[in-house]
Amino acid sequence: MVLKIFFPQCCNRADSGLLVGRWISGHDSAVVLAVIHYPFIPGQVKQYVQQMQAQSGVELSVLGSWSLPKEGQEGMESFLRDLSTIFPQERWLQIRRQMGKTGFTCEVLSRDQNAVAAQRRVKKQKKEEEEDGDAEEKEEDEEKVIFVHYEQRKVMLSQLHPIDSGDAKTDPPSELRQVFQTVALSQPLFFLDKYDDGPLKSTHWQSEGREASIIVELLKQASVPLCLLLSWMLSVWTWICSIRIFNFYPLRFLSSKLSTCVQLSYRTEHMKTLSSPKPAAGHTQFMRKANMLVSVLVDVALGVLLMSWLYRDDHITMLANTLVPAADHVAKELDQLLQWLMGAPAGLKMNRALDQVLGRFFLYHIHLWISYIHLMSPFIEGILWYGGLSACLGLSFALSLLSDMVALFTFHIYCFYVYGARLYCLKIYGLSSLWRLFRGKKWNVLRQRVDSCSYDLDQLFIGTLLFTVLLFLLPTTALYYLVFTLLRLVVVLFQGVLHLSVDFINSFPLFAVGLRVCRSYRLAEGVKFRVLCDEPGVALHLLMEINPLKVSTVVQTYRTPTYSCYPRDSWLALVKKLFVGELIYPWRHKTTKAD
Amino acid sequence: MMEDETFTDISGKTISLDCQSHSSFCREFTVSSPKVSIGKVMVYTCSVWLLAYAVFFITQNTAVLSSAILITLVGMMFHIHFVKVDHESLLIIGSLGIQVSSSYASGREITTFIEMSKIKDIVINEAIYMHQIIYYLCVLLKDPSEPNAVSSVVPLFQSSKPRLNCLVKVYKSCQEILSKSQ
Repeated sequence: MVLKIFFPQCCNRADSGLLVGRWISGHDSAVVLAVIHYPFIPGQVKQYVQQMQAQSGVELSVLGSWSLPKEGQEGMESFLRDLSTIFPQERWLQIRRQMGKTGFTCEVLSRDQNAVAAQRRVKKQKKEEEEDGDAEEKEEDEEKVIFVHYEQRKVMLSQLHPIDSGDAKTDPPSELRQVFQTVALSQPLFFLDKYDDGPLKSTHWQSEGREASIIVELLKQASVPLCLLLSWMLSVWTWICSIRIFNFYPLRFLSSKLSTCVQLSYRTEHMKTLSSPKPAAGHTQFMRKANMLVSVLVDVALGVLLMSWLYRDDHITMLANTLVPAADHVAKELDQLLQWLMGAPAGLKMNRALDQVLGRFFLYHIHLWISYIHLMSPFIEGILWYGGLSACLGLSFALSLLSDMVALFTFHIYCFYVYGARLYCLKIYGLSSLWRLFRGKKWNVLRQRVDSCSYDLDQLFIGTLLFTVLLFLLPTTALYYLVFTLLRLVVVLFQGVLHLSVDFINSFPLFAVGLRVCRSYRLAEGVKFRVLCDEPGVALHLLMEINPLKVSTVVQTYRTPTYSCYPRDSWLALVKKLFVGELIYPWRHKTTKAD
Repeated sequence: MMEDETFTDISGKTISLDCQSHSSFCREFTVSSPKVSIGKVMVYTCSVWLLAYAVFFITQNTAVLSSAILITLVGMMFHIHFVKVDHESLLIIGSLGIQVSSSYASGREITTFIEMSKIKDIVINEAIYMHQIIYYLCVLLKDPSEPNAVSSVVPLFQSSKPRLNCLVKVYKSCQEILSKSQ
């Protein structure tokens, strides 16, 4: 079997000493974490290793010895071999390197080496007795070694995907996963740097001095009172909300329909997650919190930008002044449309009476609506001014407010659509039922199927009459239905675009994408190997680099789950509903997905 | 040990196979596809520009010419960065795993590493490709929990598509290493 030794690049030029690391069970490999230099007292080394094991939870042990002889340090070899008796191990690694040469040599001594040597001698004697004595016998007894060099800091900070979320899975984690886990968990081992006055000196990635960032430390200190303040504010807000919840039913219904209220509740959930004072439990939690924080900050920044544009140069007055004429224009267009329908639209001949009734009904509706808009016109500027203030909470709030306002201003179109649809739906059902009667069949409600039925003569007569009436009135109703459905769909499309952008702002993992761009080693899809040197007679050296995750996978893995505002029906079902005349509600919000 | 014989891919274009043996249990195979021929590039560019000039002659709109230039440039960049594969390599390290990488003409490299515990075997498989049956080398992966079932298949050398003689060479080499480590 081939023995794999994961060797950190920072220890390539370390002084001679002892190797501290972990044997990975089941895979015949070892991870070297640090080198403890001479001079040392073996008792202290054992104590230190046990202390580190307790602190980190990793099964650390002394793996072997490392020798890089400098001038005046001969005679180390025998000293190193004697060490194997002090630290009892299954296998003892003796890694040697010469200055100026790139390759390492490794010798593996096992505990029962004497027994193995005896076996070898016995085998050799047997072979000599036999006819062919292969020279390859010797090579097979020797163990082959691969040195895999890794960059310790990057492997420590990196997270392998797909993330192993289960605590106790049926299969043990793979070799690479175990290597990454070992290095990540051994953080206490890397706290000992060369400025410590302790009895031991070691080399690892942080031995030149511990790395820290003042900004991060300051933020950590500042975050605790901030979290407390935030959680207090949130509790006050939730208390206010809970009073109103016990109000009348219409209010609750409204608040579930208005996208602003939905967005507000959604953001409150986010802030609750952010304001918990406990630090994040694992990598997923940390990424989620970070993504939420960055998304909130970006949202607020964009909202403030929008506000600064809106409240400058009287933009609000300009908007308000264009709004009422725009509504007037829409109403006039609708008027013209209805007049056109009441005439002979596209050359079709409508049923005059029904046409006039429907047309007059809708025209009166529009007239009511226009008077309402004119009533509201002095207040529009005020509404816009105060509504624009909501942008300070975030761009997503401004967009949801816009979507709600569009819904309110086009309420008459929604009403028309509902009337047209209901009428059309009734007509379609009536027609289908009377068509069955025309053919002598009936819908059996009990059996949910069509059965034949014998009708009386007068039933047949009235049924046929009604059928004819409905059939000839069908084009008129169908045309009105078609026109108002198209209008409604235009409005729904516009609202849909707004909802999609709000959803995008909510769910896009900006922090994860930023991490992938700037510190790509932290999100690892796997590793890649490069052969470093392949001189004959020297063990194989490989360089292990981190293969970063693809950007699309990053977005998919770290998307914050949001309420889905995509149409719940597929396109085919939608078209079928439109054909039959059922009302479509594309924005039926699902409740926020639980974690 | 470096070898370089003339092999061809399934459409008859010459490819080259490079085998490097870094150690007794570590080997690397590189299959290089033929490079982009300058003649083809010139033919495409000239045809696009002639067409653009003809359209310009009719419509007298200079935007046509500048857009033709832009399209040619963008198309070429897209082709060498995303489409044209320069060489594909397979690095097999006994008891560690298999690394498959393909590098594009612009230098971009896509690498995947498959651990030994997930590999069941490397085989030569047959496939129906349009009107012909071709051979391809693939890695069979297994689920660690179910050692007898093949969970997925990873085809190798997909862009260069070498013929059977080349594949057999690679296969024999890989099997030597795989049989020792499993």
